[in-house]
Amino acid sequence: MSTGELSTILVWGAVTAYAVALIAFATDLARRAEAAARPAREAAATDRVEAQLDGGAVVSGEGAVLARTRVAPGAVGGPGGAEDGADRWVGRALGIAMSTTTLGLALHVVGAVLRGVAAGRVPWANMYEFTLIGSLAAVVTFRVLCLRRDVRFLGTIVIGLSVVALGLGLAAFYVPADAVEPALQSYWLVIHVSIATIATGLFTVAVAASTLQLLKDSWENASPRMLSPRWQVLGTLPSVRSLEALAFRVNAVGFVLWTFTVMAGAIWAEHAWGRYWGWDPKEVWSFVVWVVYAAYLHARTTRGWSGRRAAWFVLVGYATVIFNFTGVNLFFSGKHAYSGLPGED
Amino acid sequence: MPVDRIADPVIPGEEQAAAAAPTLPTLGAAGTARWVWRQLTSMRVALLLLMLLAVVSVPGSILPQRPQAPGRVAAYLRENPDLGAWLDRLGFFDVYASVWFSAVYLLLFVSLVGCILPRVAAHLRGVRARPPRTPRRFDRFETREEIHVDAPAEQVLATAHRALTGPWRRLPRFRVDVRTEPDGSGTLAAERGYLRESGNLVFHLALVGILLSVAGGQLLHYRGQAIVVEGRGFANAVTDYDTFEAGTWFDPSSLVPFTLTLDRFTARFTEDLAARPRDFLAEVSVREPGTEQRAATIRVNHPLTVGGAKVYLQGNGYAPDVTVRDADGEIAFAGPVPFLPQDPQYLSRGVIKVPDVSAGDQIGLVGFLLPTAVITPDGAASVYPQPDDPMLVLTVWRGDLGLDTGVPQNVYELDTAAMSPVLDVDDEAVTVVVAPGQTVELPAGLGTLTWEGLPRFVALDLRHDPALGAILGFAIAAVLGLAVSLFTPRRRLWLRVTPAGEGAADGRTVVAGAALARTDDIGLPAELARLMDAVRALDGRQDR
Repeated sequence: MSTGELSTILVWGAVTAYAVALIAFATDLARRAEAAARPAREAAATDRVEAQLDGGAVVSGEGAVLARTRVAPGAVGGPGGAEDGADRWVGRALGIAMSTTTLGLALHVVGAVLRGVAAGRVPWANMYEFTLIGSLAAVVTFRVLCLRRDVRFLGTIVIGLSVVALGLGLAAFYVPADAVEPALQSYWLVIHVSIATIATGLFTVAVAASTLQLLKDSWENASPRMLSPRWQVLGTLPSVRSLEALAFRVNAVGFVLWTFTVMAGAIWAEHAWGRYWGWDPKEVWSFVVWVVYAAYLHARTTRGWSGRRAAWFVLVGYATVIFNFTGVNLFFSGKHAYSGLPGED
Repeated sequence: MPVDRIADPVIPGEEQAAAAAPTLPTLGAAGTARWVWRQLTSMRVALLLLMLLAVVSVPGSILPQRPQAPGRVAAYLRENPDLGAWLDRLGFFDVYASVWFSAVYLLLFVSLVGCILPRVAAHLRGVRARPPRTPRRFDRFETREEIHVDAPAEQVLATAHRALTGPWRRLPRFRVDVRTEPDGSGTLAAERGYLRESGNLVFHLALVGILLSVAGGQLLHYRGQAIVVEGRGFANAVTDYDTFEAGTWFDPSSLVPFTLTLDRFTARFTEDLAARPRDFLAEVSVREPGTEQRAATIRVNHPLTVGGAKVYLQGNGYAPDVTVRDADGEIAFAGPVPFLPQDPQYLSRGVIKVPDVSAGDQIGLVGFLLPTAVITPDGAASVYPQPDDPMLVLTVWRGDLGLDTGVPQNVYELDTAAMSPVLDVDDEAVTVVVAPGQTVELPAGLGTLTWEGLPRFVALDLRHDPALGAILGFAIAAVLGLAVSLFTPRRRLWLRVTPAGEGAADGRTVVAGAALARTDDIGLPAELARLMDAVRALDGRQDR
């Protein structure tokens, strides 16, 4: 078995571990929702509000709103708060999730290193390798944030996105490890592309926080679409304000790295193509990404645009990041034709 | 203001006037201008312009663009004549030079300048500002701490001052003011984070700098393309380039007259059928005025700097060296002719034009070079880009090449307006197949063609842009300013030190501290804790 094949097997192993972690994270959320919904049911029952409680399927709006005021944020879930049987389950699921994430991360890192060894260069020069390193950056960011504070509630989204990215990479974008063409033989490949992929990983973590921020904000404002008791889980998450602060913190780092990516790209383009900016589709979309995140930073400080509206910018920004990575490589012909897939211009 | 006017009660007897109302107060020209300026420089409009800029950038990635792909624009116009004509009129095929795109980014920069300049002035005034005075009460602050120490009040204040200033006196971490209050207690007020606004302003001004440098570079730059065959060279003069373009302020006499000769070009590809390129290397000799000739190399990603310009390796191919003798046996044409590669296997297309025949029709040879030829009944193909088994497959045309009309011609296309193909007995165009070193008879007694050799050519792109250094400098300033503005915390700390004996603190000095941040700042409690630890350490030192 060659080093390249070994790398691929390890990456498959990482996807499997992440998939297990994803299930465990989702189980954790479900348990939390269940635990959070229990007081809601009790409240609904005691208040004799019309409610169908069988199986916890439907709780009337009034009961749910009432319950919201009764569930203290952070009261349920987390290993510290394990008191009754369900809560012990919460702790266990989260424990499994975190340990399988760490295991997957270890396989992922070794897989990426071996990929680089097999190709004799840095392992980020085609689309498969971008998904490999981009998801690695997302999981590392998540794991590092977990060391500093409890952001394990982001796990479902971050690990979910990573499983999708890696699975797509292995299934659709995979090419065997090989050396690169002359246009890519530059130390700027190491700098420009790695920073771009790390920025993508950071944006992934931030979009998870912003998504939760929007959901929780809607839930707190009693959105009629979020009356189901399973949304009670949002009550166990940090406040909307701290989710916003987390998203901003991570996006701020991502934005600085993206600014650097664009500028390093311009320097490389100057070396390789003899012009620093030529409105190549990849350049256009990198610029769009930059402008959308710049708008986000401005929206945050503008009255009437901060909070929910700013969070929507993060979602739009992330959509442009993903399109810049997938759509631009696959649909447009330009100088950044590095997917490594056949049939490309 | 208009609302107040409308809400005015209508006085009876003035119905007519009221019917003419509501008249809005007129702003006047100056007032309107001020209103527009205030709107334009508001954050809200800046935000809208940013969103608009993102939106108007997109069409340029979807539609083909003239500066990058004129051929694809022409094809699009052929396929969509109606829609294409309108899109063309509206500038959609050169989005980034269009009026609407320019309007958005110029308005954005005007807005930026209008917003930033007053802030620069305010920031410069604020550079010498002192930290705000210590508040009377600390209980409204979330982050606060109170400790009791044995050290006297003056020593506590001095230590806190030192701890907050940090090791560099010229570049203090905090600005610190120490006062004695009327009630006898000492207070310390400290603030950090002025750099946050400095970074913000540097970032925005650097963006303006980048825009101006790019514009300057557009006016002063030049770029030229030249195709150079192995063993030949070119001189840095406007006339020696195949194509040359320059900015409005470019002075042709500023070209440094160096000469460059291509000694050798080597290409490497993967061994498999995909034949992916692995390395291209051009070895050249350069002679700048007043210096010795020197050897140099040009690679993709590694341009050669010569005469203040950079020379890029942009393409390569084969230039079969042929000699054509006319019917009289006279040499009508001799030399290498670049054939342009059409696919990864370097199937290359080219035209050999032979105008200088002794008598009779001029000759045009059109066809393909196959570096590793495979001839099948379906046609000829090249299976590998290296010249393992090269072959020239040419069709022969006769007539008037049209070179004497004075109209510039594409050297890679044959103008067949006044030419006709030479046909065989079956009325099929005659194809001449040549191998290296071979001499073949041209049909219809037109003469002979000898394939002398197969040198390679390189397409060089020479470029000079005096603004590059400035753009790089501003770009670095922008990234640094951005990082400083986003990651510098803005914090205020206060201490109130009540000397021993006056409070009820068992004869010890009472040190109360409070901290405040402008934005969410997870490091704030730690900052206060560090300061309090420094004060506590005083007691430990005294014990020893």
